[in-house]
Amino acid sequence: MTAAALRLPALGRKAVSWLPVALTVLALAYLALLLVVPLAAVFTEALRKGAAYYFQAIAEPDARSAIRLTLIAAGIAVPLNLVFGVAAAWAIAKFDFRGKTLLISLIDLPFSVSPVISGLIYVLMFGLQGWFGPWLSDHDLHIVFAVPGIVLATIFVTFPFIARELIPLMQAQGREEEEAAVVLGASGWQTLWRVTLPNIKWGVLYGVILCNARAMGEFGAVSVVSGHIRGETNTLPLHVEILYNEYNFAAAFACASLLALLALVTLVVKTVVEHRYLKESR
Amino acid sequence: MTAVQLAFKRYSVLPGFSLAFGYTLLYLSLIVLIPLSATFIKTFTLTWPQFWAAATSPRVVASYRLSFGASLLAALINAAFGTLVAWVLVRYRFPGRRIVDAIIDLPFALPTAVAGIALTAVYAQNGWLGAPLATLGVKVAFTPLGVLVALIFIGLPFVVRTVQPVLEDMEKELEEAAHSLGASPVQTFARVILPTITPALLTGFTLAFARAAGEYGSVIFIAGNIPLVSEITPLIIITKLEQFDYAGATAVAVVMLAVSFALLLAINALQGWTRRRHAQERAV
Repeated sequence: MTAAALRLPALGRKAVSWLPVALTVLALAYLALLLVVPLAAVFTEALRKGAAYYFQAIAEPDARSAIRLTLIAAGIAVPLNLVFGVAAAWAIAKFDFRGKTLLISLIDLPFSVSPVISGLIYVLMFGLQGWFGPWLSDHDLHIVFAVPGIVLATIFVTFPFIARELIPLMQAQGREEEEAAVVLGASGWQTLWRVTLPNIKWGVLYGVILCNARAMGEFGAVSVVSGHIRGETNTLPLHVEILYNEYNFAAAFACASLLALLALVTLVVKTVVEHRYLKESR
Repeated sequence: MTAVQLAFKRYSVLPGFSLAFGYTLLYLSLIVLIPLSATFIKTFTLTWPQFWAAATSPRVVASYRLSFGASLLAALINAAFGTLVAWVLVRYRFPGRRIVDAIIDLPFALPTAVAGIALTAVYAQNGWLGAPLATLGVKVAFTPLGVLVALIFIGLPFVVRTVQPVLEDMEKELEEAAHSLGASPVQTFARVILPTITPALLTGFTLAFARAAGEYGSVIFIAGNIPLVSEITPLIIITKLEQFDYAGATAVAVVMLAVSFALLLAINALQGWTRRRHAQERAV
């Protein structure tokens, strides 16, 4: 980074021309050490034993079943939270009712709960010692230490993502367009499909991407409810943990690199969506 | 429409309130409210002395000290460097600025387990940063210092993302006025910039602290998990669960939840303050 590359503020050029350069270098060095180095380490470690080993590690049956379970959990959690997000944003942004602030705070609640506790609450509900445990085991139904528990925990930790994007967006857009549509004779669903959803499409996409990244990457909550049965109740992040704890570092990082790629794709799409949205709203 | 409904909700020409509101409440109750309340109800199966013993045993107290202490320190470091990063991104133009801006969110997007093993590899004694630090006699991985590094990593975006928009809205004229009146850069920062960003900075700080206190995935790999030394509170809950000590796990969880909810209230109040401050400045 050279001084010429920086556009310095017009005033104070004489007095403190070194300051912008110094601050920029310091900030970039900090980010490089904190963010870029660990990210680079994931890919370096993943390819340490060569490309052949890498592809073998991510194509092996346990890894494949972990990938499948991760896709299933996200495939259920994201659409459910999307429907919820649209419903909650419709109720909150388009109507005035009492207790709205409280409702918004309650929707945010899962963000402030530790992932481990997010898993624990379902163990207390559906585990053998839980509220519904005896009834479930009488009927040979398995929720905790099985796929439904993983899906539930995933839904919980990603619960607020889409609603949090849509509520302020729809509040800012107001109600005039929907009111005009209804006065002109559109039904509620027609208004939703033809007026509201086209207006919020970038917000929906943004929320879905963030929700999906968290759903596929969730570790703590899923770890508590999974039971860690190889090939059955292991998601990809849990598979990474197992391989790592077995000192199979190259395979652990190979699987981790898939999740790191997902994170990078998420960041790229997110940046593009933000850019698009800014352009359209101008 | 009945009188009760009228009092609860203002009349609107738009349809679908009952369906949308009803579904929101149902889904919220089933997924969040009922399971969370199950945790609190579970603690009622304990007597008060039992609860106190489970929630304040020496190993648990040591984990509170580490979890909350390291989270506080990490949030402070993030407040300082987050403000620096936000300032550089808003005020200076350099090649690759948009990429740097995008990568700030990496800790949000990267699964915590991946962050955990990556940080461990980097800071282990033979790692890229661990080896040079080891020659200086600093051991990071498998010590409380490792916990701190992981918590700094996952908390980084909060302060940047709360302070950045406030700096973007701030008028440069203020700083230029301060400068032309003879203020040094340090004075300008302390007297002009810092007061403006304080509410946003505090919000970001509290968000980072709350996130760090409950963090699990990125910490357990690098922590070493030595009881009384580098064992975080979420891990205590997991350990108790694995020993089928459900009541003990719940007691510790309730303590953590109480702290989380207090922090959530603080965050809401701070965000309200930020908005009011923001609105005032725009009005001036």
